[in-house]
Amino acid sequence: MARVVVDVMPKPEILDPQGKAVLGALPRLGFSGVTDVRQGKRFELEFAGEITDAVLAEVEQMAETLLSNPVIENFTVRVEQSA
Amino acid sequence: MKVGVVTFPGSLDEVDAQRAVTIGGHEAVELWHGDHDLKGVDAVVLPGGFSYGDYLRCGAISRFSPVMAEVIEAAGKGMPVLGICNGFQILCESHLLPGALIRNDHRKFVCRDQRLRIENTRTPWTSAYDEGAEITIVLKNGEGGFVADDDTLDRLEGEGRVVARYLDVNPNGSLRDIAGISNERGNVVGLMPHPEHAVEDLTGAGTDGLGFFTSLLESTFA
Repeated sequence: MARVVVDVMPKPEILDPQGKAVLGALPRLGFSGVTDVRQGKRFELEFAGEITDAVLAEVEQMAETLLSNPVIENFTVRVEQSA
Repeated sequence: MKVGVVTFPGSLDEVDAQRAVTIGGHEAVELWHGDHDLKGVDAVVLPGGFSYGDYLRCGAISRFSPVMAEVIEAAGKGMPVLGICNGFQILCESHLLPGALIRNDHRKFVCRDQRLRIENTRTPWTSAYDEGAEITIVLKNGEGGFVADDDTLDRLEGEGRVVARYLDVNPNGSLRDIAGISNERGNVVGLMPHPEHAVEDLTGAGTDGLGFFTSLLESTFA
């Protein structure tokens, strides 16, 4: 079993109302020092076999087509080593 | 004309949309998200709601439903397609319309009678209106903030593709107060507020929305 992680984040220029809500909540809970929060999504894709370049290329395609909306979001793809 | 109204799992407003189509003088045809054909319709309405529970992103899953493959192909050939609210989100996810719709800047669901200006009457969905007409119809959304990069916004404005703009207040943080846009050809229109809820005096904000459904006749015989 191998895992590929896709992180999807709103583009920097896109307003992130949810991140702003979290940012607003932190000082109310007594946490200080945080100047900005952006909220994104993390996808964990499990594969039965080895993660080859071809698999990664396909994950890129998945991320571009379905997991993210390239108009408003950026994504990164990485292989997560099993412990 | 035969106007198809698509029901996705989680659609809410398909019955109102069918009713509006009928009151507008057309035959409403029920289409199902799993359909592989459009049953010979002349135009399609994608209604509002929370298709697929808004999972992943609003409209992101619906965009890959079998019926959308047909809608995208037909839209490419010039078939009139109107996406209302969730339907607008689906059209953006399908790349039939530029930009995207994100969570309202104030983070609350908004439901109000909204004043709009109709700025483009050259589409098959708005030809019944006078250019600059100010109408009031229902707006109800949680993720209705229209965003696009500046180049896209400039192009939309420059090409007269802003179909409707919010008046009085910007209810959801949409850039440049944009409430609705069209594709380049004009046959595909996305609108965040709900004209189908404003077609009868009995309910809603009046009948200002009816023009979206009578326009099809006018554009056919124009």
